[in-house]
Amino acid sequence: MAEDSKTPLLDQLEEGPWPSFVTEIKRAAETKDSAKDLLHQLERSYEDRIGHWKHGGIVGVKGYGGGVIGRYSDLPEEFPAVAEFHTLRVNMPAGWFYTSEKLRELCDVWDKHGSGLTNMHGATGDIILLGAPTKALQPCFDDLEEIGFDLGGSGSDMRTPSCCVGPGRCEFACIDTLDLLHNITMEFQDELHRPMFPYKSKIKISGCANDCVASVARSDFSIIGTWRDSIRIDQDEVANYAHEGMDIQAEVVGLCPTGGMKWDAESKKLSIEDGECNRCMHCINTMPKALRPGKEKGATILVGGKAPIVRGALLSWVIVPFMKMEPPYDELKDLIRRIWEWWDENGKMRERLGELINRLGMRAFLKAVDLPPLPQMIRAPRANPYYFWDPEEVK
Amino acid sequence: MASRTDFGPPNYKDMLPPVILKNYGLWKYHEQVKPGVLKHVAESGDELFTVRVGSGRLVSTDWIRDVCNIAEEFCGGHLRFTSRHNLEFLVSDKEQVEPLIALLKEQGYAIGGTGHAISNPVHTQGWIHCHTPATDASGIVKAVMDDLYEYFADSKLPAYCRISLACCLNMCGAVHCSDIAILGIHRKPPVVNHDVVRAKCEIPNVIAACPTGAIRPDPKAKSLTVNEDKCMYCGNCYTMCPGMPLADPIGDGISIWVGGKISSARTPPRFSRLVIPFIPNNPPRWPEVTDAVRNIVETWATYAHKHERMGEWIDRVGWERFFSLTGIPFTVQLIDDYTLASETFRSTPAFKW
Repeated sequence: MAEDSKTPLLDQLEEGPWPSFVTEIKRAAETKDSAKDLLHQLERSYEDRIGHWKHGGIVGVKGYGGGVIGRYSDLPEEFPAVAEFHTLRVNMPAGWFYTSEKLRELCDVWDKHGSGLTNMHGATGDIILLGAPTKALQPCFDDLEEIGFDLGGSGSDMRTPSCCVGPGRCEFACIDTLDLLHNITMEFQDELHRPMFPYKSKIKISGCANDCVASVARSDFSIIGTWRDSIRIDQDEVANYAHEGMDIQAEVVGLCPTGGMKWDAESKKLSIEDGECNRCMHCINTMPKALRPGKEKGATILVGGKAPIVRGALLSWVIVPFMKMEPPYDELKDLIRRIWEWWDENGKMRERLGELINRLGMRAFLKAVDLPPLPQMIRAPRANPYYFWDPEEVK
Repeated sequence: MASRTDFGPPNYKDMLPPVILKNYGLWKYHEQVKPGVLKHVAESGDELFTVRVGSGRLVSTDWIRDVCNIAEEFCGGHLRFTSRHNLEFLVSDKEQVEPLIALLKEQGYAIGGTGHAISNPVHTQGWIHCHTPATDASGIVKAVMDDLYEYFADSKLPAYCRISLACCLNMCGAVHCSDIAILGIHRKPPVVNHDVVRAKCEIPNVIAACPTGAIRPDPKAKSLTVNEDKCMYCGNCYTMCPGMPLADPIGDGISIWVGGKISSARTPPRFSRLVIPFIPNNPPRWPEVTDAVRNIVETWATYAHKHERMGEWIDRVGWERFFSLTGIPFTVQLIDDYTLASETFRSTPAFKW
């Protein structure tokens, strides 16, 4: 490409208050030909209103089946520096916490081997190193290994699991999301790095029902912190919120989905009918100084969440209402393994766990993974008479 | 080659600032000091201040070094990212908060995204790096957030509002449970390239990848045929087989979905629903998309009660009111005709005009 070729369309995206990705590409382009060609190929997409990347090929590093996404320009003669422009998915530390020292090491490795462009972070949670030629992949990984960064998942494997900030900085966290994430990521390294399943499998961990990592929508296994006893109330702090102008009747009691709260404005006392509480988090979110989750903490396990491909989007379904979540997390790991085994045995190519449960029935799933049916699993019992009996039960 | 494999990510414990190591799991409460600034207080009385800034998600190593410099000056070198591509400076010395904010403002960082605000849109690669996009991702997000910047920088909405963008139905951004989802769609069936199909594709896998059963084998050509009446352009066949491209400058564009949520607060998680079936791609700033999103945000902000998310507001007023209040035309594409569509049909004559 010509050194002085212009990007009038993309230049318009350098204006305005929101951070500009175009500015970032241009910064990398000062020293990297690949970033320069990326910029100009993108300008071409803006002119043509179509993407210019070809279908990925199989590329990778030794010992791994996933973690690298192949990407090739469909205009390699015009933009030779992005003819091969592969992505490395690098497993982030739990909770996306970093020291500047660690990030600088990562930047040095990526400047040495790649485009100098990254996503912090990709949709699944990995650090995305965006764009390197095939020959740079192995040397780049070798240097990543030196500084202690391993690859994440891709293809039909366990994708890089992620979690919320958890006990690192959130008083709502009912489980140690960071420790659990690190622990299961280390436990399932083989499943993460060597695609062996019918399709992708995602695990996401949230410390409470606010679900800051969207586990219920975006993961086959959603692990969401909760509690089994009563919300802890500090009545003095409740009174303080009222004193500072909060309309407790309207903002807290009136929005409780179970109608299980009462506010006595005279005596400034809030009461909660504990049997009615469904632990939705609204009142705690609204008055974090006054209300806290109970002390008997654990997680609800839900499965089956996914985006539309292939048969439609699903939200995860409750399969274990409450599980204690303490190291070494054997009960959870055992359950995940049982479920993977059933899915691996019965799933068709590109059939996610939720789709398989839909095809074979929740009844078959529960039996196969040995979980008891419970009313917490459903919104309502069936309204049709089309149900089955095992002949063994009809005697 | 590397001397080891399967060694896993860096241990998060080595990344945590001292105030977090000391108060891990012992946080008592938090409050929003002002938009973009949170204060977490531990049982010990220790305080941790978080200053949140938006990022464009696609950042250079220069940018990462810039924010490292800032973190070293104000935060002992400690920082983190959020699940929505925000950057958070973790400040344990209260005296450093205002000087940090002043520096960030001076250098043009976008502070905000906390409380009842529009946080950073989760989004995908688009034309920057994806092979199946129906639109760009970063460009639309930039245009939308430039336009709605006041709602990122301030906490003045009835509740928080999550905007997400995915550049095709694969939804790497899993946008399907957002208050407002911006989704790239194709509108033309794949054009089968028989030579490529024969050379590169596993025919049974391509057939199995079609949700509507629109793809059949073509034994004579040793290839495939597409029943175009059944195809709804999901692109899954193209993901399986490069001989089935369907991107097209006229066919491709944007759809808008609203009312989804993830949190269980008050009401359960739910999907976003289609309200605008197609807006043509109009780079570089997609003005029709930014106008549509602003209209939806501001109509909701005008009529919703405090704490009412987009979908909860629509539950209360009804979908027919959503369309009359926003002025968005109702078209036949909004009526479901996929599996179990009838669950979305109304069975009561009690509705609003």
